[in-house]
Amino acid sequence: MVRNFTWFNATSLTFGFLFLYLPIVLLMIFSFNESKLVTVWGGFSTKWYAEVFANKGIIDAAWVTVRVAFFSATIATVLGTIAALVLVRAGRFYGRTLFSGMVYAPLVMPEVITGLSLLLLFVSINFDRGFWTILLAHITFSMCFASVVVSSRLVTFDKSLEEAALDLGCTPLSAFIQVTLPVIAPAVVSAWLLSFTLSLDDLVIASFTSGPGSTTLPMKIYSQVRLGVTPEINALSTILVVIVSVGVITASLASKRAEARRIKEEQAAFAQ
Amino acid sequence: MKPSLGRFLLIAIPFVWLLALFLAPFFIVLKISLSDVAVARPPYTPTFDLSAGWDAFMGALSELDLENYTWLTEDDLYWRSYLSSLQIAVFSTILTLLIGYPIAYGMAKAPSEWRPTLLMLIILPFWTSFLIRVYAWIGILKKEGLLNLVLMWAGLIDEPLIILNTNVAVYIGIVYSYLPFMILPLYAALERIDGSLLEAAEDLGCSRMSAFWKVTIPLSMPGIIAGCFLVFIPAMGEFVIPDILGGSETLMIGKTLWVEFFSNRDWPVSGAVAVLLLLLLVVPIVLFQKHQEKNQGTL
Repeated sequence: MVRNFTWFNATSLTFGFLFLYLPIVLLMIFSFNESKLVTVWGGFSTKWYAEVFANKGIIDAAWVTVRVAFFSATIATVLGTIAALVLVRAGRFYGRTLFSGMVYAPLVMPEVITGLSLLLLFVSINFDRGFWTILLAHITFSMCFASVVVSSRLVTFDKSLEEAALDLGCTPLSAFIQVTLPVIAPAVVSAWLLSFTLSLDDLVIASFTSGPGSTTLPMKIYSQVRLGVTPEINALSTILVVIVSVGVITASLASKRAEARRIKEEQAAFAQ
Repeated sequence: MKPSLGRFLLIAIPFVWLLALFLAPFFIVLKISLSDVAVARPPYTPTFDLSAGWDAFMGALSELDLENYTWLTEDDLYWRSYLSSLQIAVFSTILTLLIGYPIAYGMAKAPSEWRPTLLMLIILPFWTSFLIRVYAWIGILKKEGLLNLVLMWAGLIDEPLIILNTNVAVYIGIVYSYLPFMILPLYAALERIDGSLLEAAEDLGCSRMSAFWKVTIPLSMPGIIAGCFLVFIPAMGEFVIPDILGGSETLMIGKTLWVEFFSNRDWPVSGAVAVLLLLLLVVPIVLFQKHQEKNQGTL
């Protein structure tokens, strides 16, 4: 839309972003509050941060969460990329409607249903609940998000490039690795990041599928929140928000730079 | 892609994974929702035992009962939860649309060099923990919280407002948490609208307002539809927001299911609650899937 940016647009953007960011900013400010009361400023202090690092329960839960998120994001990205290839490239096959239904439904399925159904599956096949069941559950719902991200990139990919590689003697696998994958790489990276944060963030599905001894960080935070507001949680939340923001901004700058370089290289190649 | 073993494997790997870990579990929920309550622990008696052979299977089939479902109709807690979830989800979706549309519109009209940054700013809170973002509202909404402090300081109110632990807090929580889900598809649709169409409408005598109603709104319809699905369906089954921000009067089916499962340990009844919630959502979920197939890759 090429039209003038009015005061109305500026106001709605300003209020929109205030609404989105104010709660998080306030939370971060009050994490440095000396006082235990959230609304009374008792002076600057980092003591709640020290308490977070001294809390073994939180550190253990964070470690479980990061491991689950890393492995589930990696496997979900591989499966999601395959699912995206099937959705975009495979054409008609028996059960296609069912397949695409299963890819899109988890995007909107209420988490309580997904969580309950996976738990009852694990119970009925006598699978001990713990790290592995959380991992399987997270792979399943993240792969659907990953496949949507990858397929949105794949539909704009010029298929003739891949066909040219096949004509020039590539096997389908090497054509995919040498031609398709570099082009869709930014989408694969964002799919991984999305799956990673979805897994870090998940409370409901992890609560249903975890067993004794495997508590994730959101489960830990949730149980603390239920006990009442503790400044320790503000400190922990601030740490998480900062880590995720730095990660996402770095990744997006890196992918923008890679994209710019790719475009420049393509132009240079055509100019010759 | 030629029909080959490779193609077969490519389809089979994600297909089998989703069948086993997404579709099959629903049938197990269905089965358990039809089983008897608390006769044995783990807290249900299996109605089907596949290892017992065909005759036993047929025998079990005749013993299936709808006991858990009749139970749901007897206690008005359940249908009140469904109705109240539906009401909260519908109003939250409308509110999110009303708040999200001007933001998405402003983004689409912003100078093109700002747009990637604005988009990034919309996505960033969506990457930060949902639980933490909901929790952040407690400090703002509670009786001695920041909102009341500001309003009393400004002289707008004399008595602190009770917002936390009411449905108003739940609405705020849902609108806040799901706003990016509404803005992103709206922005995608609005950004694609060709500005010359609006100019043409104005040249043909439309006022700016009527050009907006007659050109912009209809052309952004795919975004409106996608955004509403993405907010409405998960809001129906929401558990975290009503549990953290809502009070005892807040009834939502996701919370009822959670309590039934974790506090009452009644697995068959929570199975039945889940099946009914799913039935209620089948139509919107199927419509969402059709919509996604049609606009593949526009999310």
